[in-house]
Amino acid sequence: MSVLAVLEQRGGAWNRASFETLAAAQQIARELNATAMAAVLGDAIDPLAGELAGKELAQVYAVEHELLKNYTPDAFTIALRQLVESAKPTLVLFPHTYQVRDFLPKLATSLGTVAVSDVVSHRVEGATLVLVRQLFQGKVNADVRFCDGAPHFASLQAGAYRADRLAAAAGSPAPIEKVTPQLSPADIRTRPLELFRESERAVDLGAAEMIVSVGRGIQEADNIPLVEKLAKALGAELAASRPICDAGWLPMERQVGSSGQTVAPKLYMAIGISGAIQHLVGMKGSRVVVAVNKDANAPIFEMADYGIVGDLFQVVPELIAAIEKSKGS
Amino acid sequence: MKIVVAIKQVPARDSQLRIAGTGKWIEESDLSYEINEPDAYALEAGLQLKEKHGGEVVALCAGPARAAQTIREALAKGADRAIHVEEDVGALDPLAGARLLAAAVRGESPDLVLTGLQSDDMGYGQTGVILAELLGLPHATIIMEVEVRDGSARVKRELEDGWFQHVEMPLPALLAIQSGISKLRYATLMGIKRAKTKPIRRVTAADLAMAPQSACIALDRLYLPERTKHTQLFEGNPKQAAAQLVEKLKFEARVI
Repeated sequence: MSVLAVLEQRGGAWNRASFETLAAAQQIARELNATAMAAVLGDAIDPLAGELAGKELAQVYAVEHELLKNYTPDAFTIALRQLVESAKPTLVLFPHTYQVRDFLPKLATSLGTVAVSDVVSHRVEGATLVLVRQLFQGKVNADVRFCDGAPHFASLQAGAYRADRLAAAAGSPAPIEKVTPQLSPADIRTRPLELFRESERAVDLGAAEMIVSVGRGIQEADNIPLVEKLAKALGAELAASRPICDAGWLPMERQVGSSGQTVAPKLYMAIGISGAIQHLVGMKGSRVVVAVNKDANAPIFEMADYGIVGDLFQVVPELIAAIEKSKGS
Repeated sequence: MKIVVAIKQVPARDSQLRIAGTGKWIEESDLSYEINEPDAYALEAGLQLKEKHGGEVVALCAGPARAAQTIREALAKGADRAIHVEEDVGALDPLAGARLLAAAVRGESPDLVLTGLQSDDMGYGQTGVILAELLGLPHATIIMEVEVRDGSARVKRELEDGWFQHVEMPLPALLAIQSGISKLRYATLMGIKRAKTKPIRRVTAADLAMAPQSACIALDRLYLPERTKHTQLFEGNPKQAAAQLVEKLKFEARVI
């Protein structure tokens, strides 16, 4: 039995979720009495494979090909299918990144199976692995089990496992096997062009000590100044969940979440934010979380240290008054 | 250009969910339903492409009889016709669901298949990519813009951390559309009236001669998440709640 972690890199730099997946693979392998292995795909990845060899792993695969330099779902699927067919892992784990979402369902389908995506935790019952995922925007949890033969595939939500639990190699480094997949340019139907950014970020929310963040509950653009006033009273940066930035009510650079910035302030105040998973992964490192929401069952309250269940249009003006009063006293 | 847009009906966003007695699904009897919001953006993208290039938009939906309401709304917004795969897809795994959609759409030979990014119920985020693989189409996901020219598409993909990338591919292709990229239209009164006469092809898994497949994954148990954090909730009137909260932030959490 073996657990293979497939890690993500771009241009020689790791995706930050990669080592969370590697730590999860080590942990699950220990619990299942299996060996842990890791794979990295790309072009010129020797330094990355060397870094992996320093971890507690039975095997490192360096899957190298010039057609893997720039990501395409076709090349990644073909290369990984070949790797899985030769390495024969029982379980293959991925970080649940945008890139993995783009190819993992295709890879699993091409092997006639289904990947369990966006897993938040697991447990081992006897010899059976039970994965936990969130349904209905985080309102319900589900235990999921594989019921076909190996290989099994799963992707892990960012932040669900801790990279600082990663074990280094106890003795000699793990062996590295270089793998050259059978790939030809004719296999690749999409043509990826250069990466670009739209604008330089003027606001570094990552450095903010306090953040007041606003979500759908604010209802319309004309109501944004109310939250802005709260941020000002606290001396906090103003941020938002995705729908607010999509609507153009606040600039994209103020967006917190998986497609925006990841923040870890000492105080994060979520106003009218229900707490979709995509938002929570961007702010769950915050020290103290306050939520104001009219829905007592909103997932944001799962994260909150303090909460007010109520109409934000009534609560926020009172909060501003109370903060100003407290600062004045 | 023929554009197929896959849409799903899901419980309304503000639904209070209860777990069904079986523990394997949610209690559906008292829920109201709506179009899966990410799919509404895929439909909007499809309607805009049709307005620019001509052709037709076909709404494709797998769901029980109640999904007819969501299909009618799509027709009222401007889809020309619909395919309703009348099956309860609630707790199906994404491969089983995509197999139904693939079988229903295969004879259509569309130029473009559009899907939302994920469903607000199961949230696997896989249906589009699986459908592409089953139909043998190239695909791209998290799409912000679509340009169609001379039998090919050039799309803008969103990557993580504020990065974007253009990708080109030949048609036919499948695109999973990012949510929030355009303003959703409302159905007009004329649209609602016209929708009543637009054709809906109803098929079942039996009609599609689907070979039975054994499931690859099983939902063993659904449950409400336990609170991992103890949340102090302040109730009562807003003024008192606000004062209590500020007191705690200042003297207990000491963050302000």
